[in-house]
Amino acid sequence: MTTTRLVVVAGIRDMAGNRWLAAYFAAFVVVAQSLFWFGGTGPQVVLSLLNVVLMVVPLVSLVFGAMHVYASREFVELLLAQPVRRRDLFTGLYLGLALPLTAAFVLGAGIPVLMNRGFGANGIAVLALLVAGAGLTFSCVAIATWIALRTDDRLKGIGMALAAWLATSLLYDGAVLAFASAFGDWPIEKPMLAMMVTNPVDLARVLVLAQVDASALMGYTGALFERTFGSALGSLVALGALALWCVGPWFLAARRFDARDF
Amino acid sequence: MVSTRQVGIVGLLGISVVLCVRVAAAQIVVDPRGPVRSITQALEMVKAGGRITVRAGTYREPTLIVRTAGVTLEGEGWPVLDGESQRAVLIVTADDVTIRGLEVARTGVSNIEDRAGIRVRDAAHCRIEHNRLRDNLFGIYLQRALGCVIADNDVTAHGDGQSTSGNGIHLWYSPQTTVERNHIAGQRDGIYFEFSAGGITRHNTSERNQRYGLHFMFSDSCRYEFNTFRANNSGVAVMYSRGITIHHNRFEQSLGGAAYGLLLKEILGGEISENAFSENSTGMYLEGSSHLAVRDNDFVSNGWAAKVLASAVDNTFTGNRFEGNAFDVSTNSRSSNSTFDRNWWDAYKGYDLDRDGVGDTPFYPVRLFALIVEQHQPTLVLLRSPMVAVLDAAERVFPVLTPEALVDKHPLMRSPR
Repeated sequence: MTTTRLVVVAGIRDMAGNRWLAAYFAAFVVVAQSLFWFGGTGPQVVLSLLNVVLMVVPLVSLVFGAMHVYASREFVELLLAQPVRRRDLFTGLYLGLALPLTAAFVLGAGIPVLMNRGFGANGIAVLALLVAGAGLTFSCVAIATWIALRTDDRLKGIGMALAAWLATSLLYDGAVLAFASAFGDWPIEKPMLAMMVTNPVDLARVLVLAQVDASALMGYTGALFERTFGSALGSLVALGALALWCVGPWFLAARRFDARDF
Repeated sequence: MVSTRQVGIVGLLGISVVLCVRVAAAQIVVDPRGPVRSITQALEMVKAGGRITVRAGTYREPTLIVRTAGVTLEGEGWPVLDGESQRAVLIVTADDVTIRGLEVARTGVSNIEDRAGIRVRDAAHCRIEHNRLRDNLFGIYLQRALGCVIADNDVTAHGDGQSTSGNGIHLWYSPQTTVERNHIAGQRDGIYFEFSAGGITRHNTSERNQRYGLHFMFSDSCRYEFNTFRANNSGVAVMYSRGITIHHNRFEQSLGGAAYGLLLKEILGGEISENAFSENSTGMYLEGSSHLAVRDNDFVSNGWAAKVLASAVDNTFTGNRFEGNAFDVSTNSRSSNSTFDRNWWDAYKGYDLDRDGVGDTPFYPVRLFALIVEQHQPTLVLLRSPMVAVLDAAERVFPVLTPEALVDKHPLMRSPR
């Protein structure tokens, strides 16, 4: 555990001076603050931020995450020469990346909301947004780490990270839409919900949606959606699935790290 | 010889004695400690225009029937008239009767008769005010009553389903009724009008009812003002009526696939103005209705702000505010038979170069995604997905599928309120 702690601290120290991370933090502050400046009310700001979160958080976490893993290669090789457990080192590496990114997002989006008293009536919605964004960061960093550990070629690795971003953020929903139009005559509510669970970006979206757009989701005539989105249970399931999307890729990446010949 | 004067005095005395007796008869006090212990007894004694004061206590009597015109039946310290889950409690069959200050409770459920806490049958000009109605099948039931006033009553029940509960205030063939400042909760329909024209319903709160907060059919020329309808299972539904005015009401928190803030079906002519529709699955649902002026309403945080079907003809939407709705307008046709003009839409992204407060480009309130959801409901889970935003944007640039006719050519740049 000491190893993990040391590596995490080293990672955070390294990231603290990173210009890209500072820019990431600043971008959220500027976007959230300008949403308030341009006359946004609480729910509108949450929804506009949701769009940013769904696009930007996976993009930065995946691409920046992959780049960072490639950049830390020599550092890792150096540490592996010491008598440390690989799993501890890996955990430190992962957290040293995921924690600063999450903090940049949560603070960057949260501080303007706090300053403009955006919590108040929309407290749960804002909280859902922050939790969803944080979960998405952890998940995407794990996926990025896994990709970077599998692929030695940096260019190829970053290309794969970009492809993963495009797939999860845009193409996947397009496929779901196509599926729904093609099989619209069949009872597809359950498959649709299952499809939402198998994509972390959709999970994050649904988490926020259940708080902001419950009135619309409950307007669906089937009882399934009402049961899913009208109760806390639905949100808990989504949260659990998002947690699985963090643990799963993390485990894959960790196994890769253990087996890898550096 | 008896003088004329003496006759006069005796006569006067006689008249005053009679008057005294009449006054005494006019004010009957019912008290559990006597002398008059039951309302039944008081109702037998009371003369036309008389007054019965009921002192605090619980009265378990056979169904009470007020047959004498002009009687005032008034409670003091909230006497309870208990139906013991066995029977209807109070029936009025005479004109000009006033019922005030009573707690009428527990008619019990019957599948054979429509038991009511207070029923007015074939009578005119009754006043039913400041009563409490608790756990009755029907609360106040007017049946062929004319020109009655129902005011300041608190009607609550704990019905556990539509089939085992009745309506809070039920009007059947009862024209020109005024229903005001009542609070109704937990009944089947909060306020129900059928064949009851020319009524005024104002300042009522109707909430958490099993079915509709307000439900009327075949009731022309009625006004509904300053009411609040909240969290009713199916919202509010008004049907088959002409010339109605719905003004300054609040329609809130009607959630569910068959729940509507305000459902209008076959309503011909009328005005729907300055109402607030918020947090409903569907704010307003317009079907087969025509010549309605929908103006200056607020549609805020609804799933669908307005569903306007093609069967709704010649309705005009002006000065309305659409803010924070998942969908502003949806419809079932590419043509549009209603007009939207000078509304404020938070989704409008246009500009105003000549600074006249009206956007220079038109606004099409029906999104492509609204059409997709209309056809394939499960796609609703993709709401707010970036992919959907891309599709909507593409459709806005080259409208192919969304109804071009459904357009606001003069969208307001600033919120009117």
